[in-house]
Amino acid sequence: MTSHVEASPPRAEPASLRRRMAAAGWDRTTLLMVPAAVFVVLLFIYPFAYGLVLSFQPAKGGAFANYATFFSDPYLYDTIATTMRLGLPATVLNMLLALPIAFQVRHFRWQRVLTTILVIPITLGTVLVAQGLLTYLGPQGWLNRALIELGLTSTPVRLTHNYWGVFLALVITEFPFVFLLTLSYITGIDPALPQAAATLGAGPARQFRYVFLPLLIPGLAVAFCLAFVQAFSVFPSAILLGAPAGPTRVISIAAYQAAFEQYDYSMASAIAMIMGAVQLVVVVAVLGARTLFYRGPMGGGKG
Amino acid sequence: MARADGTFGEIRLERVSRGFDGVMALQDLDLTIRRGEFIALLGPSGCGKSTALNCIAGLLPLTGGSIWLDDRRIDELPPERRGFGMVFQNYALFPHMTVRRNIGFGLAMRGVPRSEAEARIDAAVRLVQLEAHGSKLPGQLSGGQQQRVAIARAIVVQPPLVLMDEPLSNLDARLRLDMRHEIRRIHNELGRSTVYVTHDQDEALSLADRVVVLRDGRVRQIGTPEDLYARPAVLDVARFMGYRNIFDGAVSGGDGDRVTVERDDLRIVGTPRAALGSGRAAVAIRPEDLVPGEDGAGAIPGVVESVEFVGREYAATALTSGGLLLHFRSHRRLNLDEPVHLRAAPERVLLFGAEENA
Amino acid sequence: MRRVESLPTKLWHSLIWLTIGFFLVNLFGLIAAVGVNSFATRWLGTWLPAGYTTRWYFAAWEEFQLSNVLLVTMEVVLAVVVLSLLLGVPAAYALARREFAGKRLVTLLFVLPLLVPPITYGIPLATVLYQLHLAGTMTGVILANLVPTVPFVILVMTPFIEQIDPRLEAAARVFGANTFRVFLHVLVPLLAPGMLAAGLLVLVRTVAMFELTFLTAGPSSQTLVVALYYSVFAAGVRAGQSVDAMAMIYMATTLVWLFIALRFVDPTQLVTRVKKTS
Repeated sequence: MTSHVEASPPRAEPASLRRRMAAAGWDRTTLLMVPAAVFVVLLFIYPFAYGLVLSFQPAKGGAFANYATFFSDPYLYDTIATTMRLGLPATVLNMLLALPIAFQVRHFRWQRVLTTILVIPITLGTVLVAQGLLTYLGPQGWLNRALIELGLTSTPVRLTHNYWGVFLALVITEFPFVFLLTLSYITGIDPALPQAAATLGAGPARQFRYVFLPLLIPGLAVAFCLAFVQAFSVFPSAILLGAPAGPTRVISIAAYQAAFEQYDYSMASAIAMIMGAVQLVVVVAVLGARTLFYRGPMGGGKG
Repeated sequence: MARADGTFGEIRLERVSRGFDGVMALQDLDLTIRRGEFIALLGPSGCGKSTALNCIAGLLPLTGGSIWLDDRRIDELPPERRGFGMVFQNYALFPHMTVRRNIGFGLAMRGVPRSEAEARIDAAVRLVQLEAHGSKLPGQLSGGQQQRVAIARAIVVQPPLVLMDEPLSNLDARLRLDMRHEIRRIHNELGRSTVYVTHDQDEALSLADRVVVLRDGRVRQIGTPEDLYARPAVLDVARFMGYRNIFDGAVSGGDGDRVTVERDDLRIVGTPRAALGSGRAAVAIRPEDLVPGEDGAGAIPGVVESVEFVGREYAATALTSGGLLLHFRSHRRLNLDEPVHLRAAPERVLLFGAEENA
Repeated sequence: MRRVESLPTKLWHSLIWLTIGFFLVNLFGLIAAVGVNSFATRWLGTWLPAGYTTRWYFAAWEEFQLSNVLLVTMEVVLAVVVLSLLLGVPAAYALARREFAGKRLVTLLFVLPLLVPPITYGIPLATVLYQLHLAGTMTGVILANLVPTVPFVILVMTPFIEQIDPRLEAAARVFGANTFRVFLHVLVPLLAPGMLAAGLLVLVRTVAMFELTFLTAGPSSQTLVVALYYSVFAAGVRAGQSVDAMAMIYMATTLVWLFIALRFVDPTQLVTRVKKTS
C-alpha cells in the first residue's frame, strides 16, 4: 500500500530556494533590475577595478612606480594644485552667488522662464561655451570692447588662453546647476516656518540666519560636493580656452595625455585613480562636516 | 506698542478687506476684540477666516480698511513688529531646534536676558505639561505634543493677542476634545485675548466668548454662542449651526412673532428672524427641536424613512407626502414606514426670507 | 499694495537683480558672438562684421562632413535612448515595487555613475573598450554613453512608478491579466509620459555628452560635439567662421531638442539628479 502522506515534497531543494529568495524579497519582478545592474557592474565597476589593478602594473618598475612617478614629477603632481586652483574657487563662487539669487527668485513670477534660460548653458555643454567665450572674451570680442568703451581699461584684458577663461567657463556652465539645486532645496522648506519666525519677531535677515540657513546647510553641502566634483573634472575648456601646457594643465589633461599620446594605459589609470581619490577626499570631508548639523525633515510638524 | 504688562484695551478691525486679482477674499470685516476675549472665526473653507487671521498677524497685507491696537494703527507694520503670538495649522515648529529653543525663540528675538528667558520657558513648559520633553526635537514628538509646543511658543512672549489657525484640525477626534479643554484652560489662566479660526461649529461654540460667522469673505453674524445657536440671524448661519431641516413655504397668515407657513404637505407656525417680504418664507428647524407627537393641528405627517441609534436617543428621518425629508429625534426606536406626526414649538421654528434659500 | 521695503533691503535686491542681469547679458553675449561670427564675411576690430554671408555654413557642411557626423550622432543618440529605456524602466519598476535584501547596495550601484564625473570613469572605460577592440567603433561609443544614462532613467522613472497605485495592477490581475498584459494595458499607458520625459532628457544629455564620446570614438564614430571640439582645436588652420557655423548647427540641434523636452518636463529635472532626502 503506497502511503499518501508525502513526508517531503519530491523537489525539496529548488522550492526552498525560491522560498528563501521570496523571503528576502527576490522574485521575478526583482529580477527585472538584473540586466541594468549587470550592465553597470560590467561597464562601470569593472573598468574601475580593472583600472585600479592596471595602475599597479606599470611597464617598468615596481607596483607603485606609477604613483611614485606622479608624485615626484612636478609636471604631474602640480596638476592637482592647478585643478584645485580652478575647481575650488569656481565652486565656492557659484555657491555664494546661487544662494542669494535663488532666495530672491523663489517667489518670482517668471521663475520658469528664468530657469529655462539658465538650463541653456548646461544643455549646450562645455565645448560650445568654450568656443563662444573664445570669441566673446577675445581681445577683439564684445566684452573687451565694452570695457574699453566704458573707459574701464585702455588695452584689452587677457581673458582667453589663460586661467581666467577657464574659470569663467566653469562659472557659466556650473552656476545653473548649483542654482537649480539650491532653489529646489529652498522651496522644500515649509513656508510656515519663516512665517512663524516672523510672528515671533524675526525680520528677513534673522529669518534667514535662524531658519533658512540651518535647514539648508545639509543640502548645500551636497550641492557643493556635486559641483566641485564636476568642476574638478574640467577638460575641454581647459584645452580650448586655457593654456594646457602650463597654467591650466589640469589633471584630466595629464590622464588623457598618458592614455592617448603616450599610450601608457597603466599610468593613465593611475592618474584617473588619483583624480578620483582627491575628489573623494574633498567629498568625504564636506559630507563629514555636514553630520554636525541637523539633517532631518524640513517640515514644521504633522500638518 | 503694548502697555508694559502686555495687556491692552482693545483691538479694532475697521472695514478690513483683502482682495487679490479681482476676487475679494475678505470684505469689510468690522470687529472689536476686548481685552481677554476669546473670539472664534467660523465658516466653511474659503470663507475668509484664515485670510482674516493672516491679515491680523501681518502675513498678508490689507487692500482696504485698517487695524488698530488701542490708538495705534498697526496694519502697516510687518509681522515681526506686531508682537502677537500665533499657532499655525501645521504647528510650524522649527525642526532643527529643541522644544525649549523653539519655545524660547520669540524671547531670543526680543533680547530677553538668558536667565529670565529660561524661567519663562520653564513656566510655559509646565503650563502645557511637557516638562519631560524639553530637549527633544519636534520630529520626536507626537501630534498632540507638537501642538502644545506651538501653543507654548506663542504665549511665552506674553503677547497682547494670540492667534490660532485651526490648531486642532490635524488631531484625531479624542485628542481634539482633550486639547480643546487645554486651550480653554490656558486661556482662562492667562487671560490673553485670542482669535481662533475653525470650521468646526462645536469647537467654536464651546470655546468662544463670541463667534464671528463668515461666508464668502463677508461677516454673516457676530454673537455669543448662545445667540448663534438659538437665534441665527440669516439662513446661512442657521444652516451652519445645524438647522438641518430647511424648506420653503408660502406665508398664509399671522403677524409679528407668529407667522404661519403652508405647503401642500404641511402647515407650521414659526418665528420670523427677518422681514418676510415676498409672501414666501424659508423655514429652519433643528432636528433636536422636531419630535414625534400627537396628530392634530400643527403636526407634520410623515412616514419614517430611517432610524439610527446615537447613544442617548435615535436620529431619524421621515418623508412627507410632498417628498420632503425631515430630520428629527425620537426617544424610542421607530419602525421603518411607520407613520409619525412631527411637532416643534413655534419659537424653535425660525423663518427667513425665501430668497435666502437659493 | 506692497509694504514699503527698507532702503538697505531695496539696495540688496537691486544688487541681486544686477548680478542676474550681468550673468544673462554675458550668456547671450557669448552665444550671439558665435552666431554673428558664423554669418560674418570678415570680422576684425569692429563691433560688428564688415558683411554677412551664409557661405560658411555650406563650407562647414563640406569641410567637417556634417552630413555623416549628424547621421552618426542621430544613430548613437537614438540607440542610447532606446537601450537605456529598455534597461532602465524594468529596473526602475523592480526598485519601485520591491523591497529586497541588498536593495540599498543596488541603489548605490545605480547612483554612482551619476555622481562620478564622466572623465574619471571614462579613461578606465576607454581602456577596457580598447582591450575588447571596441574602441573607435560605434558600438563602443554607444556603450560608453549608456553608462550614465541607464542610471539616469532609473532615477527619473522610479518615483514615477511609485506614484502609480499598485492596486491597479492587482485589479488587472484579479480580472485575468498576466504579466505581459498588465504591462501592455496598465503600465505602459500610465508610464508613457514618464518614459517620454526620460527619453527626451537622455536625448538632450547625450547630444551634449562630450567626454565619453571623445574618449571612445574613432574618426568615423564621432558625434557632433566631438567633431566641434576637433574643429576648434585645429582652428588655427581653419577659418574661425566655419567653426562657428558648425557650432551654430550644434547649438540648433541641442536647443531644438531642449525646447521639445521642456514641453514635457520641468527644467529642473534636467539637472537635479539626486533626491533631496537626507
